[in-house]
Amino acid sequence: MTREEERIRADFPLLSKNNVIYLDNTATSQKPKKVIDDVAEFYRTLNSNPMRGLYDISVRATERVEEAREKAASFINAKNSSEIVFTRNATEGLNLVAYTYGEEKLSEGDEVMISISEHHSNLLPWRLLCERKKAVLKYFECDETGVFSLEEFKHALSAKTKIVAMSAMSNVFGRENVITPFVKAAHECGAVFVADGAQSVPHVRTDVSESGVDFLAFSGHKMFAPMGIGVLYGKKELLEEMPPFLSGGEMIEYVHRDSERFSAPPYKFEAGTMNAGGAAGLLSALQYIDSVGFENIMKREEELSEYMLSGLVKIPHVKVLGSDEAREHHGIFTFTVDGVHPHDISEIMSSKNICIRAGHHCAQPLHEFLGVRSTARASLGYYNTKDDIDAFLKTLSEIRGVMGFMD
Amino acid sequence: MNTFYNEILTEHNVHPTHKHELSDADITLEGVNPSCGDDIILSFKVSDGVITDGAFSGDGCAISQASCDMMLDLVIGKKVDEAKRLSEIFLRMIKGEVTDEEKEELEEAGILSDISHMPARVKCAVLGWHTMEEMLSENE
Repeated sequence: MTREEERIRADFPLLSKNNVIYLDNTATSQKPKKVIDDVAEFYRTLNSNPMRGLYDISVRATERVEEAREKAASFINAKNSSEIVFTRNATEGLNLVAYTYGEEKLSEGDEVMISISEHHSNLLPWRLLCERKKAVLKYFECDETGVFSLEEFKHALSAKTKIVAMSAMSNVFGRENVITPFVKAAHECGAVFVADGAQSVPHVRTDVSESGVDFLAFSGHKMFAPMGIGVLYGKKELLEEMPPFLSGGEMIEYVHRDSERFSAPPYKFEAGTMNAGGAAGLLSALQYIDSVGFENIMKREEELSEYMLSGLVKIPHVKVLGSDEAREHHGIFTFTVDGVHPHDISEIMSSKNICIRAGHHCAQPLHEFLGVRSTARASLGYYNTKDDIDAFLKTLSEIRGVMGFMD
Repeated sequence: MNTFYNEILTEHNVHPTHKHELSDADITLEGVNPSCGDDIILSFKVSDGVITDGAFSGDGCAISQASCDMMLDLVIGKKVDEAKRLSEIFLRMIKGEVTDEEKEELEEAGILSDISHMPARVKCAVLGWHTMEEMLSENE
């Protein structure tokens, strides 16, 4: 381990105190000590119901939440922090759009278009919405390495298309889908564009003002923050005209027996006591990213990706999904081993304390499209080391032997 | 490498005896493990209450495949009631609730007793057995 790697890993208690090789960063990232401490500090010193109390600690808890909102807005270059709605995670953000904007704007016969490589959380809310509204769900396909053609996309759009939903980075291919031209095309035919940023926001620069995307959902827990805090970005004018999602406390201006007036966004969409400790953790995570430098994180992830892919291609019987170019993987390597089921790969890795994922990674239609039943996935984070990758590659090269193949 | 995947298990997975078509099967049932996408199509020929032949097809991890192959080794040639009794023992073994004598009765399938300490793989090990149990009960 290099001195730099030692220094990075010292920030992450789970990695420095346990003997695990954690290669499931696409599922969730590990948490820096600073984030864990800041969440604890929130509960030790500021715990009170934010947005409500008029006493000192409640005022300061509210300030902490609003500071997190400002920070999240600037991280994705949103014009205004009122465009940042706190959710539990990306899944909740996408459901929020489907159940409010979608419910209000979609009519029978309209079309919703999604990509074939979507995570189930950017697929099922739309399919269920279409079923409720008797609308049509259309899929647009990528090539076998995950590249989408803008021309084909434009061709698939129609005057009936009201919503386009697409991830800005596939959790299987790791490839960034540069959404800006797709957003433009969707707007030209009158549709709104909903981006799933769960994978992209932690790994590539996100600029909602530049891309013009209408909605973008992401999760804190994949970018060093605690589980249970996420963000939905929505354009101000869209959030203002949308009905609320959940109703209840703290999302109203007044309630009488037979009438009510809802708060302005984002509060209209934040019914009930919010996850203020989580917001404090998200703020801390974004500050952590700043302290390291997002450019440095991206650079390190690219270097590790280069090392990983150059090792993977040397192992016989291993096939990697997606691009041949390491820099297009953003740390995500989904693969198969001939004759070995992904669950067995994962089990053997686990016997060496190596944590990888096996299955369909919540993207079953994509697996059907690619003609593979299931895959294994190793995904790197900024704190992984070449030693981690070496251990993974060594075990991978031995797997067919363990499974009784005489290569 | 020292792993759970011993020679008996890998041999049943890589070279299964009973993974083939059974064209004139009397009963067939598909079992699916939704959490990992394993599926098994199990077929039996039954005559006068005796399982005269059996086979499976499908896709799954080594544990699900080997477990099913070992199960067929065990139950082919046995009475339906006996197969159900052995299945009940197997399912108890996976919960860690069998005697050594009972485990002996399962022959090679007894090697899967360690699955009782591997909660993530229980569903894989029992897929074939549950499918058999359901199929035989439906056929009564």
